[in-house]
Amino acid sequence: MKYFLMLVAFGTINLVYTQECTSTFFGRVIDFHNGTPITNAVVYIKTLNTYGTTDNTGKFSFKNLCDGTITIAVSHLACETKHLELDIKGNTFYEVNLEHHIEELSEVKIDGIGKSKSTQTAQETVLKTDAIERFSAFSLGDALKQISGVSTINTGNAIVKPVINGLHSSRIVIITNGVRLQDQEWGIEHAPNIDLNSAGSVNVIKGANALAYGGDAIGGVIILKPQAVRLKDSLYGKTIVSGQTNGRGYSLNSSLTKTYKTGWFVDAQASMKRFGDFMSPNYSLTNTGLNSKGFSINSGFKTFEQGFNVYYSFLNNEIAILRSSHIGNIEDLVNAINSKNPQVIEAFSYDINSPNQDVKHQIIKANFFKRFKKFGKLDLQYDFQNNHRFEYDIHRDDNNNKPAIDLTLKTHSLKTNLKIDSKNHQVVYEFGLNAVYQTNFPNPNTKVKRLIPDYDRFDFGAFATSNFKLNTQTIIDFGIRYDFNTIDAKKFYETSRWIERGYDIDFENFVMEDRGTQLLTNPVFDFHNVSASAGIAYKMTDNNSFIANYGLSNRAPNPSELFSDGLHHSAARIELGNLRMKQETSNRFSGTYQYQANLFSLNIEAFYNHINNYIFIEPTGVEHTIRGAFPVWSYNQTNAALYGIDLSANYNLSKQWLITNKSSFIKGRDLNKKQALIDMPSFKTVTVLDYTNEKWLHFKSNITSELVLRQNDFPNNNFDVFIPTSQEMVEVDISSTPPTYNLLHFQSEIALNLTTKTKLTVGFNVTNILNTSYRENLNRLRYFADDLGRNFMLQLKLNY
Amino acid sequence: MKTLKSIYILPLLTLFFVACSNDDDAPEIINEEEVITTLTATLVPVSGPTLTLTTRDLDGDGPNEPVVTVSGNFAANTTYNGSLNLLNETVSPPESITNEIEEEGDEHQFFFQATNNIATFTYTDSDANDKPIGLNFRLTTGNAGNGTITIILRHEPNKSATGVEEGNIANAGGETDISVTFNVTVQ
Repeated sequence: MKYFLMLVAFGTINLVYTQECTSTFFGRVIDFHNGTPITNAVVYIKTLNTYGTTDNTGKFSFKNLCDGTITIAVSHLACETKHLELDIKGNTFYEVNLEHHIEELSEVKIDGIGKSKSTQTAQETVLKTDAIERFSAFSLGDALKQISGVSTINTGNAIVKPVINGLHSSRIVIITNGVRLQDQEWGIEHAPNIDLNSAGSVNVIKGANALAYGGDAIGGVIILKPQAVRLKDSLYGKTIVSGQTNGRGYSLNSSLTKTYKTGWFVDAQASMKRFGDFMSPNYSLTNTGLNSKGFSINSGFKTFEQGFNVYYSFLNNEIAILRSSHIGNIEDLVNAINSKNPQVIEAFSYDINSPNQDVKHQIIKANFFKRFKKFGKLDLQYDFQNNHRFEYDIHRDDNNNKPAIDLTLKTHSLKTNLKIDSKNHQVVYEFGLNAVYQTNFPNPNTKVKRLIPDYDRFDFGAFATSNFKLNTQTIIDFGIRYDFNTIDAKKFYETSRWIERGYDIDFENFVMEDRGTQLLTNPVFDFHNVSASAGIAYKMTDNNSFIANYGLSNRAPNPSELFSDGLHHSAARIELGNLRMKQETSNRFSGTYQYQANLFSLNIEAFYNHINNYIFIEPTGVEHTIRGAFPVWSYNQTNAALYGIDLSANYNLSKQWLITNKSSFIKGRDLNKKQALIDMPSFKTVTVLDYTNEKWLHFKSNITSELVLRQNDFPNNNFDVFIPTSQEMVEVDISSTPPTYNLLHFQSEIALNLTTKTKLTVGFNVTNILNTSYRENLNRLRYFADDLGRNFMLQLKLNY
Repeated sequence: MKTLKSIYILPLLTLFFVACSNDDDAPEIINEEEVITTLTATLVPVSGPTLTLTTRDLDGDGPNEPVVTVSGNFAANTTYNGSLNLLNETVSPPESITNEIEEEGDEHQFFFQATNNIATFTYTDSDANDKPIGLNFRLTTGNAGNGTITIILRHEPNKSATGVEEGNIANAGGETDISVTFNVTVQ
């Protein structure tokens, strides 16, 4: 093609008649990054319909041009085409800088699907747009479960938190549109405030190897990227509507994007979800509805050399929590465990009653970048997040409208990144600084003791990473990061608790005021954390490649691990934090083997994560209140090891049939006590049989078998308690895990091209086809009710 | 490079700004409104001394155990008219919870249990639906002996379930707001 163009070009040049035009337009085409000449670039003068190409010094010239304005387009294989308007006045020289980085290109040119990985030597998986759209009606955690090694920890079906290789909550960093999500992520009942529909792609990096995003991601990093913007004059959008039988609800998501060739863009998106009570196979799960609303606006200007971006997003989730999970004391818990069915089963309703949550999350972001010739790229970003969380409990009086929890968490962060990529594309350095200020305000009007105290937190981080391409087969990565965290809290302690914990001896200096039965204290803690990462990717042959890496990371204890102090209703236990908490330190080693051939591909990821001072909660005694006896669970630290293997394999049986398997196996050990760690995901294997037939309106379908084995490794936290009603001692079995389950799902879709620019995709899905009753070990409500029963879902997607 | 430097100074400036914005206002103290700290059962026989059974837990969910007191021994084969009084003593003056329970009577019920056949109980009050609440009750002692009396308050019990109206807790459901056991002697 290139030679053909050249031929045409020279031909055309010869054909151009010269009147009195004698000017020469000449110049050079060079690489933007390192200034090396680009050979065989095509220079096209649009206004004259004339072509030329550069020689091996990057030079080109056009003779016998008339003076005046011309428009040129300069293009080269694997480069972004550059359009310029120039004035020709006599002999004119111009130097054209072309961008020569393919991975950067994808950022500019992407057609709706994000392909680019954020790392080269880490265990990273990318979920593309179509894999996300299928979960439009669900949560981030549900979508990420598609990845081998990612599971979820749930409170019911609407509060879903992703778990990466057995770790979750504060051990996972979630980045959305470049902003690190700060939404009280420490709580098990706090699902990430993310509208999955606002993402164009999701990258999941296992372990803490992506140091640019934080040094405390012991579990991993989840990066949600918005739909990439095309630099051309265009208006496009999509609408996804889905309705489902279980929960008798719908979900609606719509987005519209306007782009201009000059680089300006605006992108708006809105979504709604409304569900009523969900059904298990045998009964209604009373009070499990959901009402979610969100929108986001993203606008800015972007060219290769510079750009800025302003972003705002709003998300409001109202989530009902299973009525039967709210219990008063340990006897109620014993009754719930022994009863086959939940204690409260009422007729279907859309109402969201207590207990429930109502969380509003807002993000404002402004970002600016500029590339410097023969140097690199500088990024500057400020963001602000406001997270407002209400939780409603069942009250003794009828005052259920008064929240039991009313927390406002505000976070400001400022960061800057510098990427130096001028050294012949072989070496890339990246440096960054960030500063975060966070303040938490628990509203005292609840008249309920604060779960999380008032605090101010300040973080400062600095990192440097480097990436070397040793040869065509080998890439190596190094990174180091330092983080300083300080937390300054104001908390009331019951005097009796302060003494019982021994804080009166160790932390006497924290006491500000004695208010009789309560003490006002001012705990202040500083943490210094160093993280490091090293990795190598080696492509042995076209089919075989290896990745090995090491990550050192440190995580400071979160406010809940430090300050928790009180009764946790759905667990019927008193939870106590510990002011003596140290940061946890993880050393993670991992290796990946990939085999890729025409019909068969295989990806095996293995890891060993050794965590010193691993923070966890365990039973430490029993305390009596007027409600009866409660077990006390305290945050403690131990040394832990987590290790496992994640496997995914594809085999093309024919052009139309594909079989896929994804399996993950993980073990977690408490090395001090020589016993299993609590809440480790079970062995899971998912097998999918796909059938595709392009001739039948692009028909795609699959049947999925999801097998989850019983978790046989768990610590025994059972305890004995006296039940006054029956006048006997009873062992409370909170440890035993639910049995093995196997679910079948079906998925299908067809696509219709309505016009050249409009495409309609119709999907029909069935989950839990056999209406199997099951309980999942990592669902906090497993003591109270079965998981979801069969669901039929119809999804319409319109791209325009 | 000059502009580059000034860009890097920006976060440092913010750092300074942020560090200074730290306000030192003390948060407001919270005295919980929903807490029941104290339950007193007053038992008046037709003749003889009045007895009181009390449990008091002033630190709520705190580590201190409730203080349980029984004022004296019961007389055998005697009927006592009982009434319950509930207080929140974390606030000053103490707040009575008894009226609140009475007003929301249809959502609450007390259950009484005794071991070793030392006592039986009957309800002497009712809610808007003519179902018992248990703030007022009658206790009839049996023969002399030792045993325990347990008082349980359930929130949102199923008062229509079998036996619940008669004081059998087995099918009551609901959540437990109070569960307290007294060691008593009947002589």
